[in-house]
Amino acid sequence: MATHFVIDGLKAEIEGKEILKGINLEIKGGEIHAIMGPNGTGKSTLASALMGHPKYEVTGGSATLDGEDLLEMETDERARAGLFLAMQYPSEIPGVTNSDFLRSAINARREEGNEISLIKFIRQMEGKMKELEMNPEFAHRYLNEGFSGGEKKRNEILQMMLLDPKIVVLDEIDSGLDIDALRIVANGVNAMRSEERGFLIITHYQRLLNYITPDFVHVMMQGRIVKSGGPELAQRLENEGYDWVKEELGIVDETVGQA
Amino acid sequence: MSTQLTTPTDRGSAETLARGKGEPEWLVALRGEAAELAGTIAWPKPEKVRIERWNLTAVGAYEKPAAASALTELPANVQELVAEGTENLLIQRNSGVVWQQLSDELKNKGVIFTDLETACREHSDLVKPYLFQAVKMDEDKLTALNAALWNGGVFVYVPKNVEVELPLQAIMYNDNASATFAPHILLVADTNSRVTYVDCVVSDKSKVDGEFVHPSIVEVFVKPGALVRYGTVHSLAQGGVDMTLRRAVVENDGRVEWIVGDLNEGHTLSDTKSVMQGQGSTSDVKVISVGTNAQQMSLTTRAVHFGKSSDSNMITRAVMKDTASAIINGITKIEHGATKANGVQTERVLMLSPKARGDANPILLIDEDDVTAGHAASVGQVNPEQVYYLMARGISRQDAERLIIHGFLAPVVSEISVEAVRNQLQRLLERKLEG
Ligand SMILES: Nc1ncnc2c1ncn2[C@@H]1O[C@H](COP(=O)(O)OP(=O)(O)OP(=O)(O)O)[C@@H](O)[C@H]1O
Ligand SMILES: [Mg+2]
Repeated sequence: MATHFVIDGLKAEIEGKEILKGINLEIKGGEIHAIMGPNGTGKSTLASALMGHPKYEVTGGSATLDGEDLLEMETDERARAGLFLAMQYPSEIPGVTNSDFLRSAINARREEGNEISLIKFIRQMEGKMKELEMNPEFAHRYLNEGFSGGEKKRNEILQMMLLDPKIVVLDEIDSGLDIDALRIVANGVNAMRSEERGFLIITHYQRLLNYITPDFVHVMMQGRIVKSGGPELAQRLENEGYDWVKEELGIVDETVGQA
Repeated sequence: MSTQLTTPTDRGSAETLARGKGEPEWLVALRGEAAELAGTIAWPKPEKVRIERWNLTAVGAYEKPAAASALTELPANVQELVAEGTENLLIQRNSGVVWQQLSDELKNKGVIFTDLETACREHSDLVKPYLFQAVKMDEDKLTALNAALWNGGVFVYVPKNVEVELPLQAIMYNDNASATFAPHILLVADTNSRVTYVDCVVSDKSKVDGEFVHPSIVEVFVKPGALVRYGTVHSLAQGGVDMTLRRAVVENDGRVEWIVGDLNEGHTLSDTKSVMQGQGSTSDVKVISVGTNAQQMSLTTRAVHFGKSSDSNMITRAVMKDTASAIINGITKIEHGATKANGVQTERVLMLSPKARGDANPILLIDEDDVTAGHAASVGQVNPEQVYYLMARGISRQDAERLIIHGFLAPVVSEISVEAVRNQLQRLLERKLEG
């Protein structure tokens, strides 16, 4: 079955404060969607609510992946169902090596007794690290500990490549990347494009979208998608900023604090 | 059940037992004096742990075991601890040593590795100047009790300039709760020698079901320029109370490295101290512990600096589950005159249950101006952000927590340079964490 991801009327709050006020979005396999929007408008909240971050409470709506209700699942089940979130601020986990972590994540998708062989795992990991031009020593470093901002982002992409998800959410994967790293990460994403996989790319800048051309661009304000269009929308936002959107829609304060 | 209150901690029975074992007169006299002391002085008083509520009287009765004729006679959980291919091995079962071997090569170099009872008879000139010198038998009831009761034990002597490359290994185990189990370990590393000693102190848990006390003392003497690596992993049964004092006296440019794994099932008093007597003497201590069920623990590391330019580093990391509690003390003392000394310590506790308790008490006592010292301590729960991150990659909550716990201990475990200790610790850790 072709990948089909549907978010319908999703509402979520954090510490009693409603942030997402009804998000509707449909992503099919092969499509790339971009979400843009000023700071504090709920983009990361959407990503976190989809993944099941414990601090966010979903108060309404649904999210299904190939007909399965994601919101009923624990975070790990959502991941195994095919959802992947490259986080804006990946956690550091001291004492756990990157390679032990990656192997655990791969094996979590396999039956007990059918774990990936060490050799095969290393070959896969090293292959992908090479594509991402990562120094092999990152396999033995503790997970994200002391990684620079850009190194963390590259490591998120490494995980995406090894875990082969159906729906990929990238939350500001381009922030903190230098020009070369941006190209490398974008190439990594493009290499993963397929009819079976959909992408939701949260970004502030056109420069990423120069490498990864989206099929749809959405603008988020006040916890809602307020405008959608094609790649040309991102280009216009890059050139003109958000004021024209606000004006068009009569929005004074775009952050979620306002009703 | 063995809860006898008196035997053999009265002068008469202690002396009789000592004579019966053929101990030299000086030792018989020491036993008698210690037994009398044990009846009069008080238990140690560790910070915030009331050990007098523990069953401290189950010292059991002397039970001399028959020597083992082959390692395969030993219980499986003891056999698996034996380092593969080792030629230098000593095994104590309950009150006595049942196995000992030392390679010809080391014998020819003058290395002594035998049980302490034998050493007192055959090498009293080497033993007497050291026995109960790093730890005085009149410090408290525990030291007196060990002096009166100790049996089996280990004596290591490494002559001047001799380097023992492979670890000397000892395994102490009990399989009968009503037998006295009180080892005393005495290690003397003479000038410019090097030695690694590792031991495991375990119960045959299928056989030990009563309550018992394991009062144990370790004394290490590091002569000028010598290096002693001392690794020890304790995994005694739930009914046991493990009270182990370890002390090293380090002379000029000597170095001691302690690696301690406190993985008992029962209450534990563990106190590891390095006295840096000499100029340029150094000490490194790593303590790893896991507390489960209703276990109570007092884990203390101490560094005392007398020597100029002496250096100490102490690390304790503990994981506390269920309703276990641990009071973790780190005490760095720099004496007046120990100029250019440096002492640092870290205590970290990871709590896995809201009912677990962990206190970290770093203490610096400094009587000299020209020194450097530092400490860090933390007590915390598993970070939910970290669990979320791992789960977001498909890893189950249980496995995520397991990874984080291992990660908490790994930076210390992975630094253990003695492979045998690292592996044993890893295995017993695994078992205790899963338990
Ligand atoms: N723990 C919290 N308590 C209260 N408000 C919070 C909390 N976490 C996030 N918020 C608020 O939710 C709103 C949306 O935050 P979110 O991180 O989703 O924004 P964003 O669109 O991703 O912004 P950016 O572009 O800066 O990454 C913000 O106003 C933020 O302050
Ligand atoms: Mg954000």
